[in-house]
Amino acid sequence: MKITGLIIAVLTGALLIYATADFPAWGDPASPASTHVSPRYIEKTIEETAVPNMVTSVLADYRGYDTMFETTVIFSAGVACFLLLRIFRREEPEERLYRHVLTGVTIHVKKGGKLPPSDDFERIDTEWTPHDLIIKTMCRLLIPFIQLFALYVIAHGHHSPGGGFQGGVMLGASVIVLAMSQDLRTAVRRLREKVDALLCATGVFIYAGTGALCLLLGADFLNYRALAPLLNVDPIMARSHGIFIVEIGVGIAVMATMIWIYSNVSSSGKYDEGL
Amino acid sequence: MGDFIQALVAKYNYWIYITLMMIGLYAMIAKNNLIKKIVGMNIFQTAIILFYVSIGVKKGGTLPIIEHGHGAHSHVVHAVDYINPLPHVLMLTAIVVSVATLGVALALGIRIYNRYHTLEEDEILSQIREK
Repeated sequence: MKITGLIIAVLTGALLIYATADFPAWGDPASPASTHVSPRYIEKTIEETAVPNMVTSVLADYRGYDTMFETTVIFSAGVACFLLLRIFRREEPEERLYRHVLTGVTIHVKKGGKLPPSDDFERIDTEWTPHDLIIKTMCRLLIPFIQLFALYVIAHGHHSPGGGFQGGVMLGASVIVLAMSQDLRTAVRRLREKVDALLCATGVFIYAGTGALCLLLGADFLNYRALAPLLNVDPIMARSHGIFIVEIGVGIAVMATMIWIYSNVSSSGKYDEGL
Repeated sequence: MGDFIQALVAKYNYWIYITLMMIGLYAMIAKNNLIKKIVGMNIFQTAIILFYVSIGVKKGGTLPIIEHGHGAHSHVVHAVDYINPLPHVLMLTAIVVSVATLGVALALGIRIYNRYHTLEEDEILSQIREK
């Protein structure tokens, strides 16, 4: 198998390298990719959508269908992880570990044993869990700023690099950082699984719903010009605002999916003891 | 020889991506461990992403955000001054989708491990044949 694989890889590579002879040189402004549709996007973006960042305008307006189904793909990936891994049958673990917060004494509670009564005990994973005070404190300090920056990235996507995908991933990462620095239970307590799944669907719904609203208002699907009377602006600004609404939907969907996939994969669907 | 060097200098970026892509392809075909196959798939995806981003480059072009775009005054925008935004848009979504597909691949890996207690392809296949 190794030899066959090597032969296939080398042959394909050689063919592809042979094909590069016909490729345009690096950075050639007259290359086919730069001469067909992209000049229109570059030259008309301000005129037609009032969005200076053409990546955003192409993403959510000119190629809105593409992005809508990319968001759907991400949503389906989240659902697939959930369906593959989630175990609902609650199985009592063999033993649970509780640590007394003040003294650091760990007690083992066997199956069916009584749980410690006071709040001084915190549940810890059966794997070795150190007292990671520095990591916990640093993450507690950093997470609000990560989230604030993520919101800025989503909101400022029209004028600077950013948008729903990047900001959504950052928002998701902030919750994943919480789950990694504390444990999965803490993160799930902050953002319940049901809420997360609902947010995931809400994001896709906002995107598709905006498109359907344009349809109801008498224009094509995802033609944000139709939103002008609703938003009380001229049609060009309506396109800009429409892009923003859609980016919010993408951000919510991406954030929720990243958290959903992480919590399912890291705990193999048990949602009990994670990474 | 001179032609070869000229071709290498003009096209070396594509050659790097092809090498990366073939490393990924080889890992997907030849590696026995499923996690290594997934890593190979990700290397392959990264090569494609780099390839697309390099298509968008224009010599003398700046990043695809219109300068002084915010404001009432309008000025003529020339396509030559900005790099091609289209590959960036496509890869922006592809990166996030690749993370999502990685999650699904790992989830499948976990399921396979729970059932067969191994991630080695040949051991899984022999277990399937025994049944």
